[in-house]
Amino acid sequence: MIKKRLNIRMSGLGGQGAVTAAHVMAMAANRDGKFSISNPFFGAEKRMAPAESYCRIGIERIYDRGELVFPDVIEVFHPQVITMGKSYTMPFYSGVKEGGVVIINSAQPLLSEEDINRLKDLNVALFYIAGTELAIEVAGTELSTNMSMIGSVAGITKCVSMEALDGALQERFGKKFVASGGTASLDEAIKKKFAKKEMLLAKNLATVKRAYEIASEWADKNKVELRVGNPAVAA
Amino acid sequence: MAEIKSHIGTQNKKGQTYTDAWKMMHEAPRSPSFYTGSEVIKEALRRASCDVMIAYPITPQSEAAALIGELFAEGYIGDYFRGESEFAVMSQCAGAAFGGARVFTTTAGPGTMRAMENFPMWAGARLPIQMIVTCRGINSPLSIQPDTIEISYLLNTGMLVWHAETAQDFFDWILKGFMVSEEPEVHLPLALCCDGFFVTHTKDVVNLTPADMCLPPYDPYRSPVPCMDMECPPVRMMRDPFIMKSNYISYATHASWQQEIWAAVERSRKHTIKWINGLIDTENTDAEVVIVASGTAVSQGREAIRLLEDEGVRCGLVKVKSLRPWPGEEIREATKNAKHIFVPEFNVTGWLAKEIKATIPNSERVHAGPHVCGGMTMPPEIIASEIKTALGLRSESLAGRGS
Repeated sequence: MIKKRLNIRMSGLGGQGAVTAAHVMAMAANRDGKFSISNPFFGAEKRMAPAESYCRIGIERIYDRGELVFPDVIEVFHPQVITMGKSYTMPFYSGVKEGGVVIINSAQPLLSEEDINRLKDLNVALFYIAGTELAIEVAGTELSTNMSMIGSVAGITKCVSMEALDGALQERFGKKFVASGGTASLDEAIKKKFAKKEMLLAKNLATVKRAYEIASEWADKNKVELRVGNPAVAA
Repeated sequence: MAEIKSHIGTQNKKGQTYTDAWKMMHEAPRSPSFYTGSEVIKEALRRASCDVMIAYPITPQSEAAALIGELFAEGYIGDYFRGESEFAVMSQCAGAAFGGARVFTTTAGPGTMRAMENFPMWAGARLPIQMIVTCRGINSPLSIQPDTIEISYLLNTGMLVWHAETAQDFFDWILKGFMVSEEPEVHLPLALCCDGFFVTHTKDVVNLTPADMCLPPYDPYRSPVPCMDMECPPVRMMRDPFIMKSNYISYATHASWQQEIWAAVERSRKHTIKWINGLIDTENTDAEVVIVASGTAVSQGREAIRLLEDEGVRCGLVKVKSLRPWPGEEIREATKNAKHIFVPEFNVTGWLAKEIKATIPNSERVHAGPHVCGGMTMPPEIIASEIKTALGLRSESLAGRGS
């Protein structure tokens, strides 16, 4: 399916980098010459509390903003979003559009038979990736989980290029970045995990790449095609 | 007569060139940047030759306030300090402005409400302070999410009130706002509002003016009232102020001065029209259905119009940019063909719809809504659905979140 707009909802927990992931995705799409915006949604900031972010990517100027009620792609950054209901609504996939994709960071399947059937009825594809394990394996820290999630959505939808993601990561982490106190301290935490800034960038990019390959392979095998483009030209 | 020196063409201590504001905003080359609204506020301030910024943390303006602190550290702001509450911040802003400084601050939601006493005082004292209002919920139950209810409280303070749709509006209007506010015949504070998070925390493309150009400095001698003179109206408040008494002089002073404040708001009209290119923007207002909105509701309206177009429903748009001065004449003209006027709003009371109803003939044409509040998002699908329902068209049921 080729759509003029790809709406991505990232549901995670505070501290996991869902907000950063949406920002990086939007920055990359912008570098690729597409239109994009990203924005976060959260309550009082604290670790492990529900936090969401949204990234919209399209071929024409995007005005829509705020919470994404009708997403094409849903990324679940943490199993607790599902198992403990740490989502802004139940079920976590409410509003998902027909033909969409749900990407879940978990080494084990988490959905009930009922959930699986409801997603099937909507022709929504379901992809599990052990994103945290992958982050630990490749980058040496679970703090790079958001990189696995970026790679997953990019690998399945090809909505941003690896080259643009590389540039966006350098833009986000290569220079001094001032945001809220919470974000600043998280930035410091991730920097301490790596000996040098170049190492941080290289290891995170490697995590994105690995997840991109895994997700891309899965999409090819399962014939999941969800792309951003001009449907008129494609037809 | 003393020689009047122009700063245009000279450099400040950061090596920025003081540039004619009109040339800087309209003729200087622009470079696209992909920034959050908070970063855009910082970039505007970098170019604003701001003397004093006073900060206090409250979501969602805290990032912007912190970023301007960075600017101060870099040497772009004359002075920067923190108040001990929003009431204190706005009082300190008044002090700095009385002293002849170009003053900037940011606030949001409950902070705006806490500081409210100061706003009519700013207007009455004719202080051209610029205040960014990143709107959020104000009432209990608590919400830090966008809700525009606080704007309705600002409408009768005597401040100029503008409502930005995007970060681009924000960048341009911060700089242009100083130019309108500081006109001697205006000389009023400006509340430059946006919907918090939707603008402040959203990354979007914004075209910036060159960083080596800045606004000419504020000239306090263009003020229509004397600087820091506590004996002269409107601020003879110390030592037996005659306006504290109940007599005809007191009433006459108030009557004339309060009318003068609102006359100044009226006089700002021509400057506002010139600088922000009209009080409203319009698209396809020959259509039978027109959306009239301000802030993020305009953006959601634009998306709804696309959805309606796909289904063969033509819909016009009026973007209200300035709320004070109020574009009554412009809205009357833009809605004269409309049979149905929809006013989507991010607040529960529908203050914009009320203002419009009080402005146009046949106000039963106004459908006040849809409304969301407390930080809820307004999907374009909901606006389109409400319009279709009112037109008697079939609308599929929307099973989104919370349904």
